[in-house]
Amino acid sequence: MARPKVLVLRAAGTNCDMETAFAFSRAGAVVERVHINQLKSRAKELSRYQILALPGGFSYGDDLAAGKILANELKYTLADALRDFIKNGKLIIGICNGFQILVKAGLLPGNSNSEQEVTLTINDSGKFEDRWTYLKSPQSTVHSPQIKCVWISGLSEVIYLPVAHGEGKFMAKDKAVLERLENNGQVVLRYCDEKGNPAQYPDNPNGSENAIAGLSDETGRIFGLMPHPERHSFGWQNPRWTRQGLKKEGDGLLIFRNGVEYARKLI
Amino acid sequence: MAVYKVKVFDKQGVFDAVGQGVLRDIRDLGIESAKEARFAFLYYLSGDIDETVVRRIAEELLIDKITQEYSIESSHRQMAGCRHGRQEPKAENRELIEVAYNSGVMDPVEESLLKAVSDMGISGLNSARTARQYILEGSLSDRELKIISEKLLYNKVIQHIVKSTVHSPQSTALSQGGYKFKLLTIDLLKASDKKLCQISRQGQLFLNLSEMRQIRDYFKKLGRKPTDVELETIAQTWSEHCRHKTFRGKIEYVEEIRNPKSEIRNKPKTQNPKPKTKIINNLLKSTIMKVTKELNKPWCVSVFEDNSGVIKFDDEYNICFKVETHNHPSALEPFGGANTGIGGVIRDPMGTGLGAKPIFNTDVFCFGPPDYPQGKLSRGVLHPKRVAKGVVSGVRDYGNKMGIPTINGAVLFDPGYIANPLVCCGTAGILPKDKSFKKVSRGDLIVVAGGRTGRDGIHGATFSSGELTEKSEEISGGAVQIGNPITEKKVLEALLQARDKNLYSAITDCGAGGLSSAVGEMGEKLGARVDLEKVPLKYQGLSYAEIWISEAQERMVLAVPKENIDELLELCAGENVEAVVIGEFSGTKKLELFYQGNKVGNLDTDFMHNGLPRTIKKAVWKQLRYQEPDFNCPQDLTETLKKLLGHYNISSKEWVIRQYDHEVQGGSVLRPLVGIANDGPSDAAIVKPRLETDRGVIVSCGINFKFGLIDPYWMAASSIDEALRQIIAVGGSLKEAALLDNFCWGNPDKPDRLGSLVRAALGCYKIAKGFGTPFISGKDSLYNEYSVEGKSQAIPGTLLISAIAVMDDVTQAVSMDAKKEGNLIYVIGDTFDELGGSHYFDILGFIGNNVPKVDVKRAKLLMERVSLASRRSLIRAAHDCSEGGLAVALAEMAFAGGLGMEIFLSEVPYRTVHSPQSIVHSKRNDTILFSESNSRFIVEVEKKKQKEFEKLMRGVSCGLIGCVSEKRYFKVYGLDNKPCVEADIYDLKESWQKPLRWG
Repeated sequence: MARPKVLVLRAAGTNCDMETAFAFSRAGAVVERVHINQLKSRAKELSRYQILALPGGFSYGDDLAAGKILANELKYTLADALRDFIKNGKLIIGICNGFQILVKAGLLPGNSNSEQEVTLTINDSGKFEDRWTYLKSPQSTVHSPQIKCVWISGLSEVIYLPVAHGEGKFMAKDKAVLERLENNGQVVLRYCDEKGNPAQYPDNPNGSENAIAGLSDETGRIFGLMPHPERHSFGWQNPRWTRQGLKKEGDGLLIFRNGVEYARKLI
Repeated sequence: MAVYKVKVFDKQGVFDAVGQGVLRDIRDLGIESAKEARFAFLYYLSGDIDETVVRRIAEELLIDKITQEYSIESSHRQMAGCRHGRQEPKAENRELIEVAYNSGVMDPVEESLLKAVSDMGISGLNSARTARQYILEGSLSDRELKIISEKLLYNKVIQHIVKSTVHSPQSTALSQGGYKFKLLTIDLLKASDKKLCQISRQGQLFLNLSEMRQIRDYFKKLGRKPTDVELETIAQTWSEHCRHKTFRGKIEYVEEIRNPKSEIRNKPKTQNPKPKTKIINNLLKSTIMKVTKELNKPWCVSVFEDNSGVIKFDDEYNICFKVETHNHPSALEPFGGANTGIGGVIRDPMGTGLGAKPIFNTDVFCFGPPDYPQGKLSRGVLHPKRVAKGVVSGVRDYGNKMGIPTINGAVLFDPGYIANPLVCCGTAGILPKDKSFKKVSRGDLIVVAGGRTGRDGIHGATFSSGELTEKSEEISGGAVQIGNPITEKKVLEALLQARDKNLYSAITDCGAGGLSSAVGEMGEKLGARVDLEKVPLKYQGLSYAEIWISEAQERMVLAVPKENIDELLELCAGENVEAVVIGEFSGTKKLELFYQGNKVGNLDTDFMHNGLPRTIKKAVWKQLRYQEPDFNCPQDLTETLKKLLGHYNISSKEWVIRQYDHEVQGGSVLRPLVGIANDGPSDAAIVKPRLETDRGVIVSCGINFKFGLIDPYWMAASSIDEALRQIIAVGGSLKEAALLDNFCWGNPDKPDRLGSLVRAALGCYKIAKGFGTPFISGKDSLYNEYSVEGKSQAIPGTLLISAIAVMDDVTQAVSMDAKKEGNLIYVIGDTFDELGGSHYFDILGFIGNNVPKVDVKRAKLLMERVSLASRRSLIRAAHDCSEGGLAVALAEMAFAGGLGMEIFLSEVPYRTVHSPQSIVHSKRNDTILFSESNSRFIVEVEKKKQKEFEKLMRGVSCGLIGCVSEKRYFKVYGLDNKPCVEADIYDLKESWQKPLRWG
């Protein structure tokens, strides 16, 4: 079977590239970790890959604001390559810092002129926190509109993934944007409690509006999320496996597999 | 050239998390008159740029359009009525406090901002400095504002308050003058003893008279005066920090034990009625290293040689581990001190062998009590809570940004650490077997890679080799720096690639002592030639000597064969890492330093490394007797248990742990927080450094400074026992377990301090040898004393033992949380009447005398059995008994599992007499519950495995003491079979979580 190619982008301060690459390769992809300089010098061509993954970390120290400087760099130095990549129906995933980058580069939720419409800002607690969260994806609710996000299909009603960030509070520019996202089915991951009910802190770990943890663009191919699916791709990564028994795989692996399965069709 | 000040602040209605945090901290100071606190970022942009450009930068980069807005002022004119933002109106009861970095302190944001602006295609921006503005509302008096500023908002060691102007605050790039070369020599050839001492003191060399004489005689022989840089090089090479003069010197040791028949178990060698002087030739070699040598484990790959200790992991990889202290800098500037502390220890594995990839961090802190009254602090001492918060932030910032999980540690509080906090940071790494050794060859080029060199951290190595005083922040402020983790992260990425391409032959980190130490060590056998003007600088104005001894962060030194240099430099450039050739390993056995072609230093490497005169120090350990409490055992001990759970040393450290990323790299198998709500205290942590295999690494720590007040020998024994039993509790074994030591003591020139240190080292030898666990690395931090007006106070001598063990199969890990109702609860190991130094006595205001001991033979057997039981999957939960004894351990298991327990004290294996020296009391409930005897575990076993488990435990003390119950009720029946503790587990948990649940 053909194996899609994933480019895991690195820049100064990226730090979840190895485990993200590992999760993609377990999901059946051929993965390369590529430094942004290699794309800029065209030593590597983005067009040769089917999936672009922006992993977690602190790109450029998250100076100014989380993800800001790398978002700026993408916008100014790789705009054409990115536009073509998206236009050709390929996939992008941004995890944690990657999500922050996508949002600040205007690629999520996405509009024609890449204007930033939402943000991920300082947690209400005012500090970095590492904790496990329950997440709900909306395809399980009867009233939700058509969800197009290719990354989340088949997820169980409530999944369990860790967050680790200081700037993950989702905020939209205004009510209209928030409503549009909700109505378009672009809100694809929400913090919840163990049973799937609406969440307060610490279940909603940062104070996000509408408890939004993950977002897709209108096509459903660009996906960003604050939690780390790559940190729960094995059963032993679940913090409670010593209580609940060891499962063969973790809740996050399916997200990578979904992406890889979809990308097979693009080869 | 124009300077613009851009102020970025939250839009109205946006929750200002930073401001709210500041307000909370102000209230913590006891100042109620502050009604509101807001926060703004200030950016000073200067260069050939106009306002349009500044607006573009502000709108596209500096603000988050969704939440923030901005205003601009320029040095030409005030831009009133700015379109895009509100000016802060002058108002009654509103104070603006602006805090900026001092000149010479690295501002990490500047580099990023300049890069981003250049990405935008904008040229002309020369410098960008940042500052923070705090806007305080409320009728605050000048005194209150001063307190808020000094105690909370800035630290004069690295920052200052900006008076309201638009001019860039002390721009590093612009205000430094150039440097004109002038060779400086020091006239010591004819110096008298008095003069020698004066030169040492004034130059902050921290060298003693005999060392200064040695140096004088060396230069007399050469027939010339030393240059400043030569003297600095020697001082730094010979510093306590680098040479461990105390541990390697000669010690005359006298031990005065009160009861000559004491120490029945594990007798130390000296025990005569009349104290006899024992000569210890090299304390390190005759205790710590002796264990390793005698055990001679085949899996010890490289010990006490490299920047960290290396042991075997599997057939392809080795693991290395190092724990460092950064106490002095953290006392002066907690954030920066801890920040560079963790940054520094991460470079140890990076500089081990040919470079290891860091896999986890640990941190152990000792602070003063967080509720200590502000008014009682000595001059120049920061409040313990501020120190604690700053230190935690410093470790969080660096560890998280490096992408290394921080997974183990401890936080302890005691008044003894108020002026001298202890900050111990550790890092382990993984490296390929065939990359575990280095060898510099003649002709290799010297390359410095990473951060640029500035005036930061000058005299750090020598500064840490002296006591702190109330003047330290003025004199030694330059020794404190803040780090830039992203620079180090870039270096790491580049190095690992270069290592795997075999581009260099040796590597070491630039730590204390800077280039002087790094190049000096690497060139010890061959000699080196360095052209100092080639070292990249942060700003102009550094003299050749400053370049050589600067301890600027994030630098590594490599030895690169000439044929690889182009490829190495190209690789570094591709990762945006600055790497420069600064010299060559010459083969002349001389260290030759040049600046712009002028010879500024020429020392024999042999003299540098072997010329240090050996010190002879006196050490006396006198056993102290403390008052023994005399009271009846209370019938109900529920409140006592709650008080103990709320003891700062025992209570939950979740506030700290949550701020660290303990998941990054994806390898965390057992985290610091475990249980049904992920908030119970794990005994040790387990990581899988290779995700594709089942092998793991366990890490734990033991620290019991209170026991050291009674007897440092048993403190050492207890710390080793504690660290090892945590390894065992999580399912590990002693088979491939290794130890690290960190001795933090007072001034070793004082015989009582040194005496207690020697006694602890003797304990280390006996007990580690008995367990069969070698030491693989260690570090001592001495001179932890603070003197005010000539009166000196030392910290309690504190030994930190860190343990690391390889685990064959991580799926056999055991966590400490109670798992299921109906399961049986056992205690393994004897409980003794050993309340000396316990937390129970502490809350009663006593120290006591019956310090917990270790019967190492029995302890080892017991640990091996428990380990075997985990491997046979007989254990559902295990927890080690330490601070707070059985009661605390049982309660923690119960509430971590969200389950109750019923426990019967009459079933606890108990022995009264430990040694004839012990004071014998009757057997009572509080002793059983709260004694902190070593070598004990609480274990949860399923009923169906009872027989198999009990059979395996034959020959070791093992008592079935109760069971897990479904009701969320924790109940303990005393010796009279009447309840002595009864509580809801959630009440117990609240008592445990509340004290350190800081905002």
